[in-house]
Amino acid sequence: MSDTASSRAVGAGRVLVVVYAILAIAATARSVLQIAREFDEAPVAYSLSALAGVVYLVATVALVGKGRTWYRVAWVAIVFELIGVLTVGTLSLVEPQLFQHASVWSVYGQGYLFIPLVLPVLGILWLRSHRPAAGES
Amino acid sequence: MIEWLLVTQVAVAVVVGLVGLGLGLAGKGPNDLVLGGLALVELLLIVQVVVSIVAPFTGNTPTGDLLEFWVYLVTAVLIPPAAVLWALIDRGRWSTVILGVAALAIAVMVYRLGQIWFVQTL
Repeated sequence: MSDTASSRAVGAGRVLVVVYAILAIAATARSVLQIAREFDEAPVAYSLSALAGVVYLVATVALVGKGRTWYRVAWVAIVFELIGVLTVGTLSLVEPQLFQHASVWSVYGQGYLFIPLVLPVLGILWLRSHRPAAGES
Repeated sequence: MIEWLLVTQVAVAVVVGLVGLGLGLAGKGPNDLVLGGLALVELLLIVQVVVSIVAPFTGNTPTGDLLEFWVYLVTAVLIPPAAVLWALIDRGRWSTVILGVAALAIAVMVYRLGQIWFVQTL
């Protein structure tokens, strides 16, 4: 690895980046369609899907980016996702009328094979073990 | 959309995906077997694109949202070349895992394509 490369998008971390990228594309594309087609039916669920999609995009870029700033951005994005999937997942079970239309995070990401629930946990473990080196700006 | 083509596509993508994951986790770099598998997955996707363009003219129309169908299909077509490109840049074991993950993602997306075309539950 050259010294210009990111300290995080290496080895298993690259698999994480790829899974994030696929989820980001899937969630964003789907929410753009939903908002364009039937936003009035479920503004809350569809807005949340769009927000989730954007946060997945940010997380993907932040995992690839190098240096301390991207490291912090990655933390914020991934923790936000974990809170989002837990909150919306719980609400969609307790108060189903709020989320009659599918969002990425409904029932803890059931529609996406629970990947939205597993991914932030893996992301946090990865970030913990790959802090930026002391010299990295 | 042709049902047996769909089933073949999902089956091939799942097999290629599992082989990729298995070989990658066993420490192998991307080899001809996995790269060829991804090429086969991509070829079948292109066949699917052609079939999906022609099918509506033969009376074989989707029951679901055609725009959503195409968003999925176009995204799926783009994934294998991206994964293979990355595998050629870095020939480590994790590239093989990535190829496997990409193939499994295709399997899920093609399954969704079938749902959009044939079944409407929502």
